[in-house]
Order: sequence, then structure tokens, then C-alpha cells
Amino acid sequence: MWAILSVLVENKPGVLFKVTNLFRARNFNIDSISVGVTENPEFSRMTITTIGDEKQIAQIMKQLDKMIDTIEVKRLDEKMSVYRELVLMKIKVSKPSESMEIMNLANAFQCKVHDVRKSSIMIEITATPDRIDAFEELVKGYGILEIARTGICALPRGGVDEG
Amino acid sequence: MEKMSGARSLMVALEKEGVELVFGLPGGANLPMYDELYKSNIRHILVRHEQSAAHMADGFGRVSRRPGVCFATSGPGATNIVTGIATAQADSAPMIAVTGQVPSKMIGRDAFQESDIIGISNPIVKYAFQPQDPAEIPEIVKKAFYISSTGRPGPVLIDIPKDVQQNEAEMNFPENIKIRGYHPWVDPDIREIERAIEMLLSAERPIILAGGGVIISGAFAELQSIAELLMIPVVTTFKGKGSFPENHPLSLGPIGMHGHAEANKMMVEADCVLAAGSRFSDRSVGTFEEFEKRLKIIHMDVDPAEIGKNQTTNVAVVGDVKASLRIMVKMLIQKAIKKNGDYPWLKRVKETKEYFKENLKIPDHPLAAAKVLRKLREVLPHQSIVTTEVGQHQMWASLFFDVIQPGTFFSSTGLGTMGWGFPAAIGAKAAKPGVPVLDIAGEGSFNMTENSLAVSVLDNLPVIVFVMNNFSLGMVAQWQRTFYNRRMIGIDLKNCPDYVKVAEAYGAQGIRAQSVEEVGNAVKTALKSDVATVIDIPIDPEEDVLPFVAPGTPLKDMILPS
Repeated sequence: MWAILSVLVENKPGVLFKVTNLFRARNFNIDSISVGVTENPEFSRMTITTIGDEKQIAQIMKQLDKMIDTIEVKRLDEKMSVYRELVLMKIKVSKPSESMEIMNLANAFQCKVHDVRKSSIMIEITATPDRIDAFEELVKGYGILEIARTGICALPRGGVDEG
Repeated sequence: MEKMSGARSLMVALEKEGVELVFGLPGGANLPMYDELYKSNIRHILVRHEQSAAHMADGFGRVSRRPGVCFATSGPGATNIVTGIATAQADSAPMIAVTGQVPSKMIGRDAFQESDIIGISNPIVKYAFQPQDPAEIPEIVKKAFYISSTGRPGPVLIDIPKDVQQNEAEMNFPENIKIRGYHPWVDPDIREIERAIEMLLSAERPIILAGGGVIISGAFAELQSIAELLMIPVVTTFKGKGSFPENHPLSLGPIGMHGHAEANKMMVEADCVLAAGSRFSDRSVGTFEEFEKRLKIIHMDVDPAEIGKNQTTNVAVVGDVKASLRIMVKMLIQKAIKKNGDYPWLKRVKETKEYFKENLKIPDHPLAAAKVLRKLREVLPHQSIVTTEVGQHQMWASLFFDVIQPGTFFSSTGLGTMGWGFPAAIGAKAAKPGVPVLDIAGEGSFNMTENSLAVSVLDNLPVIVFVMNNFSLGMVAQWQRTFYNRRMIGIDLKNCPDYVKVAEAYGAQGIRAQSVEEVGNAVKTALKSDVATVIDIPIDPEEDVLPFVAPGTPLKDMILPS
């Protein structure tokens, strides 16, 4: 089972190390992790996606919560949250006609086109992971030269108290 | 506000926390601390190896129930205390380790005696601090003691770069501190405790499993009240040994790999367990699945992460075990619940206990472990503090040495650190100088930290080391005999060294006891001695610890002596 965890932590050196080390030491999986400072500079928010059964995910949350540098651990409901990942993808262009094809696909997925060369195009896509996978599947035939993914970043819908 | 160096502020902060002694060993990177220690009223106990300093602080902490403090220098000094920190963490013992670090500007440059102790210790500390500015030290010390001693206790590391020790700052010593992400006090949920009582009352064969949490929180009276009001038999984990008087009619002793036969047997037959302050370790329960399949489980623990970690529970009470049990006692009294002991399950428990008392075979050898340890119990006052090392002697202590006064028995149960018992005994003696302290040891373990004899002698902390000497790494030998078809390797210690001479070399007293009677006399002599005593008891190298539940098998498959 896939879970999105939103973890509010102290914005201090070493906290990311402690979180990732906890996952390693307890044999949990990190599927993706993204970290950034919040509206309050004393805190950072980590969005961690992980895979495990209900029992494991409950245990991951408890172990994260036990960490003294953790302020809050929430599991986000996919349907009640907005979650996105940003991906930069360099796609190979073998003949001139491909360039147009790739740009059309990029348009259909609301991608941004950043760097158009004779032999490659760099595309930025911000979407849910399944949509990114679908796009990747479509352009795979052209040859993907390089990919950089940010990992998922998420927030629950609604006001702070409604969530 | 007062201007002083970081090192000076450390001593002031420690004194404010009531620290009267530290165990340690100086080196280049913690010399500024030592220079201030020289000027302070804090007593320093010089160890011969930093690992022992950590174990002494651990022993001190478990007995006094406030953090023991150890000092080490950077690099190898810091890495030498790692085993001690891990031991304290595994057994939830309060401890503060203060290490020197190379100067801030040298960090990351692979300086002489530099080690990244913050990184190294991360998985084995409750928390670690590295002040970057001397002004941070007073608050860090306050936080360290608070974190170490509250909730589920554990070791806290403070790693101080040398320049941060030396530099001066205006110091503010806070009275109160707040840590946003740390909430050790959870009020137990009353409804869950009510459900627990209902579950215990409706069970046919209830049992109490008392763990180390009962000892840490000092919930002895509450535990006993509940057992007596509900007439429920009590088993313990090994760490919980001595949380309930082992001469009490309802006591069955520890369960587990080398649990008492009657305890394992009754644990297997029970239909409902109240587990108080236990983390359901593999050594206690055998196999997790088998355990939860059969039993209704009520789990009380101060650490929410323990609920459901190893066992699925039916009722979970998160909170301090003493507080939870106290509420339970109050409820039972309010509801005037007092069961009498004539129900079938208790009759079965009594019969089983009687049966094993009469039928469990004790080896014929004149120095069979049971004979030696029962003699020790006979002559050692009940208020004495007993520590153990790790191995066969430890498991024999679990089986044959009854703890009568709760909270007087301590062992490295989680990490299983050989060499822990002796320095921990010295730490215990420092915490409670008025009571006898004895380390039930094997010679293999004693070898590892025997140089602490110098500390025991020179710092006037006389303890007794009760060496059950089988001239081998006995537990490994037992496993090789049992699981590896007697292919014996790496276990023969060949009666070297002579422990009487070792004791004498350090200015301690050495006695060899070759019969049960001599064992009794040696302990009596040791109790009167002003210096440490090592009692060397040559036992049978072939004796196995039995009963035995093989690793990964359920308690019901317990192997009994034949």
C-alpha cells in the first residue's frame, strides 16, 4: 500500500538525516521524499511517500512521531489532498518531425518546454505520479536521455482546521 | 546573566541538575571541561576505559532513576562509549554522555581524534546535542536531563567542540524549558483502563506480564495490589524480573527463552494477558504470531510506538505504567472488586508451580548453577542490588536467583552487553553506597571490563563479583552443543587468568570457592570487606541452561532438563 505522509519538523541541521536514518534502521521504505521550509521558518515540511501494509505504515508514523524534532505527522488521504511531483525530462530527438510530435504531447499534458535543441528537448511536467508515468510511457519510444524528479509534495485540501 | 566559559557553564548546569559525580576519562578535546571539573564540587571517577564509564553511568541511572553522567574525549573516547550508549538505549536507562569534540573549525577536516559521534550515535540515542555557541550550553544541559529522564528514559549525548568549551559568553540558566516536539506525559485513557478491567474479569485464565516499565516507573505497589485484588498470577519479562516479589504466592517468575518452566507453561495456557511496561521482545515471547493468535492482549506502555510494534493488541493504554496501574487500582477499589483465589485457573497455576518445584531436575554436580545461586540468595541480604553480565550465568540468575525486594535486580537485557554488569555494579554502588552490590558474572564477561577493579578499589566503591567460572564462553558452547552437533570453536578460555590473582593484583580481595558451603562463606566474607571481592567459583563447563526455548520457536516448545 502506498501512503503519503506529511511531516512537520524542526528546521534544523541534521533532521533530514535523522528521518532518513530512521527509515533505514527500521527497514521501512522511502518511495520519495521532498523537503522545504514552511510559512514559519522554524519548521520544515517533509512529504514522504512510502510503501507498506497498514501495520507498517502505522508503525512508521509512530516512530516518526516519537522523534523529538518532529512536530506533527499526518497521513494524507489521496482524495482529500492535492499532491504533485515536478519532473524534468530530456527527450531525444532523432529526426526533425519528432520535435513537433513531442511538443504536441507536452501540450496535451500541460508541460512546459524549456530547452529545444536539434537533438533533444527538455520538458517540465508537474502532475500526479500516475499522470507522469503515463507521459513517460508515451515519450519512452523517442528515447529518454535524463530525468530528474522532485518527489511528491502535498497538502490536504481545505483550511487548516477543516483538514 | 553571568559571563563564563562554555566548560564552566557545563559544570554549573550539571550542579544545578544535582549531579554530584561523573564517570570519565580525559583527553585532548575535553581538557577545558576537566579544568572546570577540577574547580567544581563534582566528584570525578576515573575509569580505565570509556565503555566502563558509560556502563557505570547506566548502572547509576537505573538504580537512582536519574541520569548518570559520563565524560569522554573526542574520537576514540567517543567511539568507546558507543556500546555503553546502545546498552542504555536498549534498556531505556537514563544517561547523559558528554563528549569533547575537535574545535569547530576543524570539524569535517578529518582532524586528529575527530569522529562524527553525532552521526555514529544517531540510532542509539534518545537525543543528541552539539552546541555551536557556548551560550547554548545551559539550556542544552537542562533539555538533556529532561529528555533523558522523562517518558521512556534513554541516553542523551552532548558533544561539545573544544572552542565552544573554551569561549566565553553571557550565560542564562533557564528554570523551565519547552520542547515543541516532545510530550512525555500522556494521561492514560480511563475508558481503555475500564475495558482492560472488564477484559480481565471476563477472562477465564488471566495473567499479568510485568516488564521493565514497572521497574523504571517504580510501580511495584500498584502491580502487587492489582495482582492481589484480582488474584491473577504474575509472570515477568527478564527485564521485569524483580518487579514483583519472586517469593509471592502469585509469582511465577520470568517467561522467555530461559524463563521459568511454570511461567512459560502458564503463559501458554492463559487466555488474557495484561502486559505492563513490556515491549514483547522476541526473547520473551518466542514467536509473535503464536502469541497473539491465542491471547487477548492488554498493553500498557509509556511509548506509543510500542503499541502494535511486535504484537497486535486488544486494549492499549498509553501512559506512564505507574499512573495507569494506579488508576486501575483505584477503579477496582471503587467498584469493590476483590476476587478470591479459589477459581480453577489459580488452582491449576498452583499445581503447576508445585509440580515444577518438585520435578525440575537439578544436575548432580556439586556446584550446579541452581545450588550455587540458591546459596547466594540465602546469604545475600534482600535489599542488596544485583547486576549480571551476559551469558549462561545471567540466565541461571533468572532461573535460580529469586528477587525478593522489587527493583533490586538489573541486567543488560536488551542489547546483551558482556562486560556491563561489573561497571554497572560500581555505578549502582555510587548511587546507593549503603547497600551491598553484587555482580553475578561469568568469567568471559568479567574479562571484558575487569580493569574496573582499579576503580572499585581506588574510588572506594566496593562491590562483589560472583564469577561462575566455566572456563568457556558458556552460552555459545551450549548453542554449539545443541545446534551445531558439538563442533566446539572459539569458546575455550582455558582457565586464564587466575581471578584470585587478578583481584589481588588490583588490591582487591580474591576468594576461590569450591563447594556450595565455601560459596556461602565467601559471600559472607565479601559482605564484611572494605574492598571489592572477586569470588571465583569453578562450575561445571558442560552444564546447560535449562529450560530452553529455541530461538524462533513458540514458548510451548520449551525444552526441559531430562
